[in-house]
Amino acid sequence: MAKDTKHQLDIVTKASFLDARALNIPMLQILKEDGTLHKGVDAPDLDQDTALKIFRTMQFIRILDERMIAAQRQGRISFYLSSLGEEAASIGSAAALDSRDMIMGQYREQGALAYRGFSIEEFMNQLFSNERDLGKGRQMPVHYGCARLNFMTIASPLATQIPQATGYAYGQKMDQSGTCTICYFGEGAASEGDFHAGLNMAAVFKVPVIFFCRNNGYAISTPSQGEQYAGDGIAPRGVAYGMKTIRVDGNDVLAVYHATQLARKLAVEHNEPVLIEGMSYRMAGHSTSDDPTGYRTREEEAGWRSKDPVARFQKWLVSKGWLDNDDAESHYAEQKALVLDALKAAETIAVPHVDEIIEDVYDTPPAQLKQQLEQLKAHIRKYPEAYPKTASRLDEER
Amino acid sequence: MAKMNLLQAINNALDIAMTNHRNVYSFGEDTGAFGGVFRATSGLTAKYGRDRNFNTPLVEQGILGFANGLASQGSYAVAEIQFGDYIFPAFDQIVNESAKFRYRSGNEFNVGGLTIRTPYGGGIAGGHYHSQSPEAYFAHTPGLKIVMPRNPYMAKGLLLSAIFDPNPVLFMEPKRLYRASVGEVPEEEYRLEIGKADIVKEGKDITVLAWGAQVEMAEKAAEMAAKDGIDCEVIDLVSILPWDIDTVAASVQKTGRLVVTQEAPLTNGFASEIAASIQERCFLYLESPIARVCGLDTPYPLCHEKEYFVDHLKVYEAIKASMSY
Repeated sequence: MAKDTKHQLDIVTKASFLDARALNIPMLQILKEDGTLHKGVDAPDLDQDTALKIFRTMQFIRILDERMIAAQRQGRISFYLSSLGEEAASIGSAAALDSRDMIMGQYREQGALAYRGFSIEEFMNQLFSNERDLGKGRQMPVHYGCARLNFMTIASPLATQIPQATGYAYGQKMDQSGTCTICYFGEGAASEGDFHAGLNMAAVFKVPVIFFCRNNGYAISTPSQGEQYAGDGIAPRGVAYGMKTIRVDGNDVLAVYHATQLARKLAVEHNEPVLIEGMSYRMAGHSTSDDPTGYRTREEEAGWRSKDPVARFQKWLVSKGWLDNDDAESHYAEQKALVLDALKAAETIAVPHVDEIIEDVYDTPPAQLKQQLEQLKAHIRKYPEAYPKTASRLDEER
Repeated sequence: MAKMNLLQAINNALDIAMTNHRNVYSFGEDTGAFGGVFRATSGLTAKYGRDRNFNTPLVEQGILGFANGLASQGSYAVAEIQFGDYIFPAFDQIVNESAKFRYRSGNEFNVGGLTIRTPYGGGIAGGHYHSQSPEAYFAHTPGLKIVMPRNPYMAKGLLLSAIFDPNPVLFMEPKRLYRASVGEVPEEEYRLEIGKADIVKEGKDITVLAWGAQVEMAEKAAEMAAKDGIDCEVIDLVSILPWDIDTVAASVQKTGRLVVTQEAPLTNGFASEIAASIQERCFLYLESPIARVCGLDTPYPLCHEKEYFVDHLKVYEAIKASMSY
């Protein structure tokens, strides 16, 4: 075979086109649907405490999601996004990281945040936009963020965090911090231009970043296969960008954990970006504003119930002797009570003072903005009954 | 003091910033060892290494996304967009991300270390996509600062301020003046205030307001008007966002007349914001309608550039019309 030395290409003299099957990317699965390990496969390096923490976090997120969807239906909060069915992807991967690693998410990764130690109260304060919300009540529910826990504040525009993760990881590499960034997104967001930008730049710059795609089959009503992409999912794209890539069963927490552990090693020790595609299924609607019965069948959903990541992990923990089913149940009931208490407490806390409306636009408010606030307050004083959340507190000592 | 052109002043500001702070990074398309298509970053890779001054792949949304991430990590990210005309693919990252980063997170995170450098403006036979002045698109964006210097001295002092300002700053460089504008520039570090207009020439009869390369047209028109006995006060707005309404209003309350001139198209240009605000502030002082002397509401043309260009003659005519209203 001849060589094109400039591009280091092998020359062929017969035309042949490659198609999507040229890359056949299999899926790593360690834990089978029945909760047993594949034959001859070792469980990943996972101690009992970590395993139980993962499981408890999964339970907590189940409770939180269920309770807050109900709260939205009752009109107590304006909006909610559930992560039902995808708990293993975010929690299993977060567990494989160092707590100093940065997490940049899309909006269905509350599990990763809970694993880091975001409290029930902190979740509720954000969901109720009250004055204890770290985000000062400015963003929609589920747009969490916490500097203390290295969890970058969520924003609605899809995929914008992907090139940002590359930039963040570049800074980590330059600072020789020994840390990396994980960046979550769905398979729909991977169609955005920012996905292309972020992955290509990460590969070119060789930064310590783990791109974690939650491929859950749907972007709102759009099915992934055939309408979001025509290729073999997201994983082959990582290979094409020159990046180490793996596809895992996103409902198998052991596979997710193991793959993320290895990815973190590549990222931190070798400054190699990694793409992980976690295959899963969005069991709930896209959000509380969506009804999935309009675009998919109950049979399809039922088919995925047997793959439930939480039940599957629970069976394994019990078989290991690390967990007792009764303990799991009583813990679930305790958590449920705590969530309900926190919900009731958070909804009685006032919204932030109206002065906060102009803070943080810049590091300090410009003169024009201060003037606009004074005009607004004069107006509220004139029509207090129209602005019940803030009118009585205008002169409060702050 | 040293004689520098506008490009050298920008290069000098980047050099000083990178010397004084380890975590200042400069990057963009062709900005690495080659030094940028206008040479603004020349010599920086040789001096600071390719980790600190480097090429990016050709993707504007990626450059800004990367820059937002790097700035949110605590670094100073100085991103170049090769032409202001090509900043639009990054519009989402700038408007939805950079500008809202601090606000939406309740100050948990910010991209204060971000500076976006981009050449803008016409007069160089650049046609549709090497001539635009897109400042008004961004002026509608709370959270962003926008600065447009008119000469080398201003460029250096303002760029150093922009890099270290705790807010994201869009720094727009008048490329027509890159080599044409030469002046004395202090060799050491100095910073000029963002948000403060500069009275270029005091006068009592009429206020002529411009920014960036257009200040030159305002000055030339004022010189012509002086021969007619009209004493113009020429102001360089310097900063588009936040803008110095106090200095402009004080001037108009003194002169009673205002001509605002910009390179960008008339409709919804930044001159419109100024005209509306000054009309509110100075209603009882105005002796004539506020005049806006701007580009036509067309894409930037090639063969008719001379006709389209907002030259000193057009500004001069507006001054005379205002004086005889």
